[in-house]
Amino acid sequence: MLKTLSAELKEFKRDSILTPLFMLGEVFMETLIPFLMAMIIDTGIKQNNLPYIFKTGAIMMIVALLSLMFGCLGAKYGARASMGFGRNLRKGMFRNIQNFSFANIDKYNTAGLVTRLTTDVTNVQNAYQMILRMCMRAPASMICSMIACFLISPRLASIYLIAVIVLGFALGIMTVLAMKYFQAAFKKYDALNESVEENVSAIRVVKAYVRGDYEKNRFHKASSNIYEMLVKAENIIVWNSPFMQFTVYSCIVLVSWFGAKMVVGGSLETGQLTSMLTYCMNILMSLMMLSFVFVMISMSVASANRIAEVLNEKSTLDNPSNPIHEVKDGSIKFDNVEFKYNLKAEEPVLNNINLDIKSGETIGIIGGTGSSKSSLVNLISRLYDVTSGTVSVGGRDVREYDLDSLRNQVSVVLQKNVLFSGSILDNLRWGNPNATDEECIEACKLACADEFIERFPRKYNTHIEQGGNNVSGGQKQRLCIARALLKKPKVLILDDSTSAVDTATDAKIRKALSESIPGTTKLIIAQRISSVENADRIIVLNDGKIDAFDTHENLIKNNEIYRDVYESQTKGNGDFDEGGAN
Amino acid sequence: MPRQMPKPRPKIKNPGKLFLRLSKFVGKIYSIQLIFVLVFIILSVAANIKGTAFLKDLVDVYIEPLSKQAHPDYGPLTNAILRIIGIYAIGVISTFTFSKIMIYVGQGTLKRMRDTLFSHMQDLPIKYFDTHAHGDIMSVYTNDIDTLRQMISQSIPQLINSTLTIVLIFIQMILLSVPLTIITVLMVCITLFVTRKFAGLSSKYFLAQQKDLGTLNGFIEEMMNGQKVVKVFTHEQQNIKDFDVLNDKLFESAYNANRFANYLGPVNAQIGNASYVICVIVGAMLAINGHFDLTIGALVTFLTFNKSFSMPINQVSQQLNAIVMALAGCERIFDLLDEKPEADNGYVTLVNSVENPDGSITETKKHTGHWAWKHTHQADGSVDYIPLKGDVVFDGVDFGYNEEKMVLHDIKLYAKPGQKIAFVGSTGAGKTTITNLINRFYDIQDGKIRYDGININKIKKADLRHSLGIVLQDTHLFTGTVMENIRYGKLDATDEEVYAAAKLANADTFIHQLADGYDTILTGDGGNLSQGQRQLLAIARAAIADPPVLILDEATSSIDTRTEKIVQDGMDRLMSGRTTFVIAHRLSTVRNSDCIIVLEQGRIIEKGTHDELIEARGKYYQLYTGLSN
Repeated sequence: MLKTLSAELKEFKRDSILTPLFMLGEVFMETLIPFLMAMIIDTGIKQNNLPYIFKTGAIMMIVALLSLMFGCLGAKYGARASMGFGRNLRKGMFRNIQNFSFANIDKYNTAGLVTRLTTDVTNVQNAYQMILRMCMRAPASMICSMIACFLISPRLASIYLIAVIVLGFALGIMTVLAMKYFQAAFKKYDALNESVEENVSAIRVVKAYVRGDYEKNRFHKASSNIYEMLVKAENIIVWNSPFMQFTVYSCIVLVSWFGAKMVVGGSLETGQLTSMLTYCMNILMSLMMLSFVFVMISMSVASANRIAEVLNEKSTLDNPSNPIHEVKDGSIKFDNVEFKYNLKAEEPVLNNINLDIKSGETIGIIGGTGSSKSSLVNLISRLYDVTSGTVSVGGRDVREYDLDSLRNQVSVVLQKNVLFSGSILDNLRWGNPNATDEECIEACKLACADEFIERFPRKYNTHIEQGGNNVSGGQKQRLCIARALLKKPKVLILDDSTSAVDTATDAKIRKALSESIPGTTKLIIAQRISSVENADRIIVLNDGKIDAFDTHENLIKNNEIYRDVYESQTKGNGDFDEGGAN
Repeated sequence: MPRQMPKPRPKIKNPGKLFLRLSKFVGKIYSIQLIFVLVFIILSVAANIKGTAFLKDLVDVYIEPLSKQAHPDYGPLTNAILRIIGIYAIGVISTFTFSKIMIYVGQGTLKRMRDTLFSHMQDLPIKYFDTHAHGDIMSVYTNDIDTLRQMISQSIPQLINSTLTIVLIFIQMILLSVPLTIITVLMVCITLFVTRKFAGLSSKYFLAQQKDLGTLNGFIEEMMNGQKVVKVFTHEQQNIKDFDVLNDKLFESAYNANRFANYLGPVNAQIGNASYVICVIVGAMLAINGHFDLTIGALVTFLTFNKSFSMPINQVSQQLNAIVMALAGCERIFDLLDEKPEADNGYVTLVNSVENPDGSITETKKHTGHWAWKHTHQADGSVDYIPLKGDVVFDGVDFGYNEEKMVLHDIKLYAKPGQKIAFVGSTGAGKTTITNLINRFYDIQDGKIRYDGININKIKKADLRHSLGIVLQDTHLFTGTVMENIRYGKLDATDEEVYAAAKLANADTFIHQLADGYDTILTGDGGNLSQGQRQLLAIARAAIADPPVLILDEATSSIDTRTEKIVQDGMDRLMSGRTTFVIAHRLSTVRNSDCIIVLEQGRIIEKGTHDELIEARGKYYQLYTGLSN
């Protein structure tokens, strides 16, 4: 993990090395100040030596200025190193994600990837800044102060050494123990919040069944549970500050007692004694700091691991070494294809698929949920690789093509499709960045999108919101079809792409497609029989196997599944609303 | 110490009032504890300062004179040290005690706050949930409660602690040396001035950073959502180019924002050191010249105070910031608590009933399977029992989600017990709205709705809703077993009743196929089930409640045809024998209805049976034939 992440430091390596060095400089200078103060008191005041006081005072000022300089340099380089690191992590992940195959994307899911790119990076970059600036500063401050103490009086300094060891142990144990409890409590806490969220989104159900009191009771029980866990955890860290005080006070008392005796005995000066007391605070504060840094870092380890995972992920698909760029025609052939999403799965998703589709044919695909219709078509543009067998387009195995070329010539309108924020024209040009306005309008006419776009006040310049939330489901689907058409593909795959479009418009789109791009092979997945009945041939999929592949007329006669679906849809099982909604 | 980055302060209207309200909330439960906390904080701070001040006596009263004695007598010093040990012991014990009490005050307040919030939220009308984004409601429970925790258990005690420390140190410093105190205070003013300047400078960059971060995160979210489309359209290179621009911009602003925030630490520390150095020099001069009675002991003690003076001042400004942030969260919490709960002035209740041989009805505590409305007349206190039948009448109902815009106009319809009423019409015609009025999710503006002849405004909401079953198009399930989810409809249902309901709903078959059958745990709104399966569970849940009136929202065709058939069969069985209002998407449902209501723009434009409406050749005819061609 460390290796993966540190490889992303790149141009910020220098800053990352300089920052702790500057921090070291700052700490060193700061440690000098109490030391010099002791000299002013013991030499300057006691001997009434004003020039000496001014000279040493001037040195102190210079030391403070140097400390300021080092501190500011450390601040600057630390900020650059850590923010730069964050930038590079995002950049590295984003680049790698662009190479992800569908299988890789499925593995992480959208929310997972977003978290890694946003929150996780923020956690890691903040922790990194902490490491660069504090990890060096805190121990260095402790060590410098300790050395200064030993220079003044080894006997008194040994009191601090013991205190540091005892306090360090105590803090360590408390931190580890408390973290364990807190983590457990936070998990419960998250669960509680999830249940609130569940309740909020299901509020109509709760109210309809008058379950308010039942839900309140459940919540009170859960929140009492959390209260107890958190109190338990806090009862451990509550020892923190009294124990810290106890240690500091003990040191002060011991140093005062022994120090006083030493001063009286002549082996220590008054100024030295007071600077010892100042160092006491420095040392124990640094220790406190260190335990804080430790907690910060350990909290970001999970984030760091998640980031490393994405950075190390290898795409499950790769481009062949001597790729073909041109797809000859739109013929498609499946030869003994078997497909599993997960190689370890027992049952294949697609089994023994053999298909021969001629260029320019229109093929309908029908089957229940889970019959693997989408899986079947996703193999054609090589969104996934077959487990065994071959899929060929234009007479060549899809794995021989350059991926981009293949996908540009086999155009898929995905079932779960999205539009992006930007104008309608911007969205359409995803299909072809160089498309003219006329070409875009032409595609929209074919997809029956032109009619509603023309009704928008800003027509083709209408702004689409993120996720396409300001257009209806049917409008979105038609825009997605138009976008796919702009690729001028050899094969066009519509994966349930007109489900939200009313039947009449659906028919119009199909008619337009068959008239204007007759040479393009068209595969249409649909729930409605009416969407596929005019296709040249129809594939009936059942449980990942081809149940039949024939014309509408023959299927009605010979295929039970097809007949079933046909009858249920024509005998009073239709979509009443949508028929009239438009 | 790394300083907290200065965040722009949120604007709140009346922080004082908010603070007072919060104090009342906490004080009501923990007034005695809070007094103890205050006392122990004072003791803890005083002990600390007293201990530091002892340095002066140590030097001036004991060390200096003792150094001059040939045979030093350590007796008085021993006594003094013992006194200090005593003072310190009080300090440590006080710190421990107030920290310990604060755990219970802090966590207890939070628990109370969470419980109050949740209970109150349960009583809010549906309208509240319509008009507030779920994310915003959730952030009250997570973020706002969290900042409140920080404020109660950290910021406020620390603020008191720091303020006390400042006051006590200041008094001690004046007692030690007035001129040096003036220097120290001047330096503190400079520090505050510089801090303000820096905060102003860096807040500019911070705003830029927040903006850039928002833009980049928005881009990331959008592209991760559309990553598959990106692949399909081979848009990766363009995507990387766009990303790099935003990412570099964020780096620039984040670097600047962090840099300025970081500068603050060393700058403040060195102004502190400068103050220290100046005090050393001036103090040394005063001590040598013997002005102002400045002894060496007083000087070194003053220097120690000087060093520990800036820390509490920084803390006060930091904690004040944190408190203002927390108060903004508090405001949102109180806003939620101030929302008016769903009003319920109903007094007609639903009771178990027995029908006597003479046809009259008496109330009983036993579960009889028969129900009656208990109508206590407000005028004379006499009681009527009306049998629960499921007769629903709309009489001239007008409704709008707000006063300005009515969505339903003059709705008139009736359903006799056991009848099936279908609503058809395009999206936005008002179908769902009508069904939401029957169970009083919303209250009507004008007209009357009667249930078994009683105006539903007179019926207690809980009882009204008990008499209605509802299956929504978006199914919501709860974390828990399948069994618990079905039992949600009737909490005291036996296992056998659950099985029976599942069988009726056609859900039994698929439940048996689940890993643990009825004990399978559903999580994330039943995310591990298909949409059809979730609907079957929702039907079973309604079935077990066995209400006389049903409100159904048929699913659109997003599930595949064969599953849809199973779901429809379940729905059909649920509907039989009950008064049903159904938002229909299916031809067969519509055709079999006793009355079809065609809605357009919030008005009933046609009403009648299938045959009558076909005969009329109106809108329904158009809808019907439009589908069949």
